[in-house]
Amino acid sequence: MNRRDFLKNSITVIAGLAVPLSALELINPRKLLAKKEGESAVRWAFLVDTQACVGCGFCVKACKTENEIPHETNITRTWVERYVITKKGKTYIDSPRGARDGFTSDRIDLNEEGHLEITGDDIEKAFFVPKLCNQCDNPACAQVCPVGATYQTSDGVVLVDRKHCIGCGYCIMACPYAVRSFHPVHKTAEKCTFCYHRITKGMKTACVDACPFGARRIGNLRDPDDPVTKTIMSGRIGVLKEEYGTKPQVYYLALSREVK
Amino acid sequence: MVHGEAWTLKEFFVYPNEYIYWTIQIVMYPFMTGLVAGAFVLSSLYHVFGIKQLKDIARFSLVFSFALLPVAMIPLQLHLQHPERGIEVMLTPHFTSAIAAFGIAFSTYGMIVASELWFVYRRHFVETALALKVKRGKSLLDKARYLLFSLLTLGAWDISEHALEKDEKAVKIMATVGIPVACLLHGYAGFIFGSVKANALWTTPLMPFIFICSAVVSGIALCVLCYIVTMEIRKLLAAWRRKRYPDLPTPEEIKSVEMYEVTMTAKYLVLALCAALGLELLDLLFRDYAKFRSWEIVRTLIYGRDFVNVFIVQYGLGNLLPMALFLLPRLTMKRAAFATILVLMGVFMMRWNLVIGGQAFSASFAGFMHYDLPVIPHDMETFKEGLLGALLVGITPFVLFWGLNKIFPVFKCEDSH
Repeated sequence: MNRRDFLKNSITVIAGLAVPLSALELINPRKLLAKKEGESAVRWAFLVDTQACVGCGFCVKACKTENEIPHETNITRTWVERYVITKKGKTYIDSPRGARDGFTSDRIDLNEEGHLEITGDDIEKAFFVPKLCNQCDNPACAQVCPVGATYQTSDGVVLVDRKHCIGCGYCIMACPYAVRSFHPVHKTAEKCTFCYHRITKGMKTACVDACPFGARRIGNLRDPDDPVTKTIMSGRIGVLKEEYGTKPQVYYLALSREVK
Repeated sequence: MVHGEAWTLKEFFVYPNEYIYWTIQIVMYPFMTGLVAGAFVLSSLYHVFGIKQLKDIARFSLVFSFALLPVAMIPLQLHLQHPERGIEVMLTPHFTSAIAAFGIAFSTYGMIVASELWFVYRRHFVETALALKVKRGKSLLDKARYLLFSLLTLGAWDISEHALEKDEKAVKIMATVGIPVACLLHGYAGFIFGSVKANALWTTPLMPFIFICSAVVSGIALCVLCYIVTMEIRKLLAAWRRKRYPDLPTPEEIKSVEMYEVTMTAKYLVLALCAALGLELLDLLFRDYAKFRSWEIVRTLIYGRDFVNVFIVQYGLGNLLPMALFLLPRLTMKRAAFATILVLMGVFMMRWNLVIGGQAFSASFAGFMHYDLPVIPHDMETFKEGLLGALLVGITPFVLFWGLNKIFPVFKCEDSH
């Protein structure tokens, strides 16, 4: 083979290889969908009223049952944190078993460090904060998935394809809110889905239904008449860890500055 | 039990889903990739920049780099929860992810090393095959070897002066292209960590450069160490064989070559070590000076809980002490070997302090996690992500090198170059 032939053949091979690569770009389903339908009429958002939460843990229990997370495992799609701030300005936080059984003891659970008793006189303020996936508008987890098993739906919910997830854990590392884990049975990335199987059928999420105090609510941000949207738009609300640029879509009423 | 629970101890407030998910295998991954890249860069010093003094060690490190190559992938495969789907990273890559390009970077680099190796050893393949062809009364092993070496020539039997010159040119091109690709491969491993904004310890744009420098350090150190060990064995063998074949090199001759190669290589090692240490200290200084929100917990970790690991073992014993050992006059073989072991340990600790240290504090900045390394495994998971799994990964390249040495003899033959 002379040099001319070699170059000719090389160009043919490269061109041949480029065709399947460009096909990957051509059939991007999200782009196609976007062109066809425009913006989705639904953008799910969540509203948490921290002043209404009493830390009963019904939401955690309901979530585990609804989403088939084995009851005894220590991972959970949603959890409740207890904050106790002392008169000296020290903050103590705990969430024993994700508050699956509620907060049945006054003592703070410090994991390996044991338990800490704080007397009522020393407490300046104390409150509960429910946590769940923020279904970010700019989800770091979906960005870093090497195989695209984690993706964002057009109505804003981030889901995991259990048949495709390779279990590398990069999404778990990328989430600043630590809402992700590995499912003990499926061995794939596990996260809150806003009960996507329910909300897309007109129902509420399991945790919203289970909360006796209305501390959790879900709504559609694209519907200006939705009471949740109205509160988010007009109320004094906060979001968690805004500095990471993930644009979280779980909004908190009366969010205290101590909340991590 | 959920993944990670077997070896994670939590202190104070840690989010319920947080565990040490990336364990010792993810420490091994950048460590092994670093060795691959570093060994290749060392071999390129001779081929590209014509540093003739490194001729002997260059061929050695090229073969070693090839032996390390498949091993760089094993830790990743071992840590996956679904290893059978690992190939999906190459089949359905999601290019917004830093990991997705791994398959491309890795296979490009693999092809470069393989082709360079082929050009270096083509003459040897042809000569061996031809010698076996004319041999009378071939045993079954000889026949198998003849077939293997004939296949390895890929049909290119021409070993005229002109053809060998062309080989030499090809080796130079491959080695030149290989340097940026090796740096890319490893810098990219650094990027995988450096781009995780959710992790306060990992996120820094310096990470790829820190990784490249420490890769070169570890790669050179391992090559020097293995080189010394093999040369010592050769010296013993030479002393023993010379009784029958007096024309073989004397142990003294081998020793002088060995000393020369090691002293030369040590200079490059110290240079790379200075660069790596400089970048790491710059990163630390910047964090200390800038005092971001995460600094408080990172400081507690680095200056407090991990002080021994970071400052004594990694910087002290792993960086400064070997640097002093190399720089002191009248370098001896024993001192060089000892210093390279320390350097390797230092680079391993750097990876450990990064990967495990990065997960040692909660994303809430209000609690800590401790990785309790599983030593005696009680199931597959604690085997894979424990001491035995890591040892398995650590030993494999040496077994491969031993096998490869049968096909690509590192010391005996005259290469095309």
